[in-house]
Amino acid sequence: MTYRQARWARGECLEPLVFELSRAGRKGVSLHPEVPARIKIPDNLTRRSLELPELSEPQVVRHYTRLSQMNYGVDLVFYPIGSCTMKYNPKVCDELAGAEEAACIHPHQAEETVQGALELMYRLERYLAEIAGVSRVCLQPSAGAHGELLGMLLVRAYHKSKGESRTEVIVPDSAHGTNFASAAMAGFNVIIVPSNNRGRVDLKALRAAVSEKTAALMLTNPNTLGLFEDEISEIAKTVHTAGGLLYYDGANMNGILGKVRPGDMGFDIVHFNLHKTFSTPHGGGGPGAGPVGVVRKLEKFLPGPVVEYDRRRKRYYLDYNRPKSIGKIRSFYGNFGVLVKAYTYLLMMGKEGLEEVAETAVLNANYIMRKMADVGGFEVKFNGPCKHEVVFSAEPLKRETGVTARDVAKRLLDYGMHAPTYYFPPIVPEALMVEPTETETKEELDRFVAAMDEIAEEARLSPEKLRAAPTATAIGRLDEVKASREPILSWKMYRKLAK
Amino acid sequence: MKKLGLIVNPIAGMGGRVGLKGTNGADVVAKALKLGAKPVSSARAVETLRVLTRAGVEFELITYQDEMGAAEASEAGLEARVVGRITSGQTTAEDTKNAAGEMLELGVDLILAAGGDGTMSDIIEAIGTQVPVLGIPTGVKMHSATFANTPESAGQVAAHFLSEGLPLRDAEVMDIDEDAYRENRLIAELKGYARVPYEPVMMQTTKEGSTGFELADQKAIARWTIELMERGRMYILGPGTTTRAVAEELGIYNSTLLGVDLILDFKLLVRDVNERQILEAIKGKPATIIVSPIGKQGFILGRGNQQLSPAVVREVGKKNILVLTTPHKFSLTPTLKVDTGDSELDDEFRGYIPVIVGYLQTRMVKVV
Ligand SMILES: Cc1ncc(COP(=O)(O)O)c(C=O)c1O
Repeated sequence: MTYRQARWARGECLEPLVFELSRAGRKGVSLHPEVPARIKIPDNLTRRSLELPELSEPQVVRHYTRLSQMNYGVDLVFYPIGSCTMKYNPKVCDELAGAEEAACIHPHQAEETVQGALELMYRLERYLAEIAGVSRVCLQPSAGAHGELLGMLLVRAYHKSKGESRTEVIVPDSAHGTNFASAAMAGFNVIIVPSNNRGRVDLKALRAAVSEKTAALMLTNPNTLGLFEDEISEIAKTVHTAGGLLYYDGANMNGILGKVRPGDMGFDIVHFNLHKTFSTPHGGGGPGAGPVGVVRKLEKFLPGPVVEYDRRRKRYYLDYNRPKSIGKIRSFYGNFGVLVKAYTYLLMMGKEGLEEVAETAVLNANYIMRKMADVGGFEVKFNGPCKHEVVFSAEPLKRETGVTARDVAKRLLDYGMHAPTYYFPPIVPEALMVEPTETETKEELDRFVAAMDEIAEEARLSPEKLRAAPTATAIGRLDEVKASREPILSWKMYRKLAK
Repeated sequence: MKKLGLIVNPIAGMGGRVGLKGTNGADVVAKALKLGAKPVSSARAVETLRVLTRAGVEFELITYQDEMGAAEASEAGLEARVVGRITSGQTTAEDTKNAAGEMLELGVDLILAAGGDGTMSDIIEAIGTQVPVLGIPTGVKMHSATFANTPESAGQVAAHFLSEGLPLRDAEVMDIDEDAYRENRLIAELKGYARVPYEPVMMQTTKEGSTGFELADQKAIARWTIELMERGRMYILGPGTTTRAVAEELGIYNSTLLGVDLILDFKLLVRDVNERQILEAIKGKPATIIVSPIGKQGFILGRGNQQLSPAVVREVGKKNILVLTTPHKFSLTPTLKVDTGDSELDDEFRGYIPVIVGYLQTRMVKVV
C-alpha cells in the first residue's frame, strides 16, 4: 500500500488559520439573530470587541475538513503509539454522548431533572470499582495525570489522619513522567528505584528505599515495558509493611482487563484512563477522564460530591456532606460526555467482552513481537512474553546503519501508519514502544511488520531517506526542541511574534 | 574581533593504538614511537579548524610554533599569529604550560586545545579558569569534562562560541595515574577545573534520557538540599561544581571548589579544611557530609576528597551522607564507588543508597 497525505497549501504556506481567512461581516447561519438582553451587564465587564474570526459556513467546514486530511487519527490509520492505547473508538459511543439527554443538560440543573445522568454516573462508578477491585471511585479527574495528583493528595490525607508525616513516594525508573511530576506536585520527595535485568522493579533497591518516611509506591502493572510485575505480592508486602500505600497507574489496564484486579494485587488507589482502556477518544490534550478508585479505608477522603441513591425515595442525589474529603479536584462532576462514552462501551462489551479485549490486545502484541524477531535491526531487551505492548530497541540497526529509532518512527508515517512511542521508557536505548491494541486485524499487524522490514532494508541501502522522513506527509520533520521550548499557543501570540 | 588561541599537543594520543595508557613523560613517548605509534593529534586539530573555517566565523587565530599549532593552521589554510619557541620533535608539558600562559597574556577569548587529560591538566595548572578552554579530543584518556564529542563538534562549538557566544561553566579536569593504569588499577585524580563553553549536546556524550540542563539541574538540587538543612547541624561540603552550587544558593561565593568547607546555620564557617579540622569541628555534634561523584568513575569518597577520611565518615555516620548528582552526571556514572582506604567501611556502603538528583527527586543508586 502506498500513501500520500493531502497537503493543502499556497506555496510554502499551509492552509491558513481561521483568523487569516476571516473577513469582516461574513457569517454562517444564525439561528438566534437577536438574543434579548435580559441581564444588564455592567459596562466594566463587557468587552467591546471579541476578535472572533468571521467566516461563512462552507469556509468553516472546508477549513476543518482540510486540517483533518493533514492529520493522523485512529479512524484513518494503524496507531501503535505505546502506553496510549489508541484503540478504535466505536461511533455508537459518540452518538449517545451527543444525544440531547446527555449533551444538552447543565450541571446546575435540579437533581430531579437529571436523574438519568446521575444514574449513569452511579452505575459507572460501581462498574469501574468492580473491574479494579476497589470499593469506591471518583469520576472527576480529567486525565490520568490528574487522577495521579488526586491519588497523591489522598495519600497525604490518609497519613495525616493517622498523625504521621511521611514525605517520600517511590517510583520505578521505568515509570511515566507524570508519576514523578504528580508526586512532586503533591509535595512529596520522589525516590526513584531502578529496574532489574528482567525489566521489573528491583526488589533489593525497593527494600533499601522503604522506610518510616515512605508514603506510597506508584506502580504501573503491566509496566511500561509491557511486562507484568510478577513479584507484585512481594512488592506490596514490602511497601505495606513499611506503612506505605500502593498506587496503581492504570495506563496499561488494557493488558489485564477482566483477568486480574489491582485491588487484589494489593493496590490501595487506582486510576483509570477512560480515554485509553475504555475507548473514549484522546482529544488533543483532552477531554479525557481519569477516575480514581480507592479501598475502603480511603473512601472518606474522596472529593465530593458523590452520587448516592436514596432507596426510600427511589431517587439519585449528590452528596456534598463529606467532612473528611480533600475537597474538590475539578469543577462539577468530571467530563460527563466522556463518562457517557465509557459507560456505553462497558455496556456493549460486557464481562466476556472486556476479557476478550485483554486477551486480544496481549495476543496482538505478542504476535508482533514474534514476527519482528525475523526483522533484522531490532531487539527485545527482556525475554519472555509481553502483555499488551512490546518495547523494541533499534540499537542494532543504529550500530549497523547509523539510523536512529526516531528516524524509523518518522519513516513509518510515510507508510501510512502512526509512529510508535519512541525513546520511552528511557531505560531502553533507542526504544520503540509498540501497542497494537485489540482492534487491529491480523492483516494490519502483518502490514506493520512488513513496513518495519522494508524500513530496516532502507536503512541499510539509503539511510538518508530515513533521516529525511517523513516526506509523504503534509509537513516534514519538526524541530521538536524548538516546538517544546518556544511553543506558539494562540493567535495572539502568533501575531505578536510576527510583528 | 574575537581572539582564538590554538594549542596542539602533538604527541597526545600516540600511546592509544599501541596499547600504552597515555603519553605523559618522555620515556613513554620514546617507547610509543618505537612501537610504531603515529601522531594523531595534528590531523584531528586540522579537522576542527576546517569546520571552523567552513562556518564562516571571523576571528584572529593565535597559535604556537610548528607542530604545536602553526603547522595545523597552515594546513587548514588559516592565517595565524605564531608565538613561542619549541624544539620541534621534542615538545614537553612545559611547552603546553608556556603556550597557555602566553595566550592568557595576549587576551585570547578561547583556547582550543588538542590533546587529552594530561594536556588539560597542564593548561589549567598554568592558567586556571582565567581563559575558557575547549578540548579537541585527541588523547588516550579523556575523563575530563572539557572535551567536545569529536573534532568536528569541537569546531562547531568553537564557531558558536566565537559568533553568538555560549554560557560558560566550570568543568572537571581529571587525570589518572598512568603508571597505576598500566597495571590495571584506575586511580583518577581531580586536577582542578577549567572554564568551558556550555553546550550540552556536542560536549561529552549525553545518553538519551538525561535532560542536559546541567546548570538548571544543579540549582534545583541545591535548592532541595538547602531545604533539607537544619540549624545547629554541621555541613561538610565536599569538592565539585554540584556541591558548590549548594554554597552559591546559600549566598556563599568563595567556597573551595577543590577542597572541603564547613557550613553551619547556612553560613560558611571554615574554608578548605583538613581531616583534623573536620574531626575537631564535628566532635559529638550532629553533622552531615555533602558530596558529589567525582569524574566519570563515580567515586563519592576517596577521590579528590581524601579529607573525608574513614574517621570522619565513621564519626558522621553513613546515614548522614548526602550524595548529589545531576541527571547528566548520573547517565555517565550509573553506579557509584567508594574507596576510603578502609575496606570494612567501603563494604558498608555497598548496595543501594539514596542520591539526590533533582528538586524533590532522589534516586536509589548502586554502590559497587
Ligand atoms: C504509564 C502512563 N501513566 C500515566 C499517563 C498519563 O495519563 P494521561 O495522559 O491520561 O494524563 C500515561 C499517558 O500516556 C501513561 O502512559
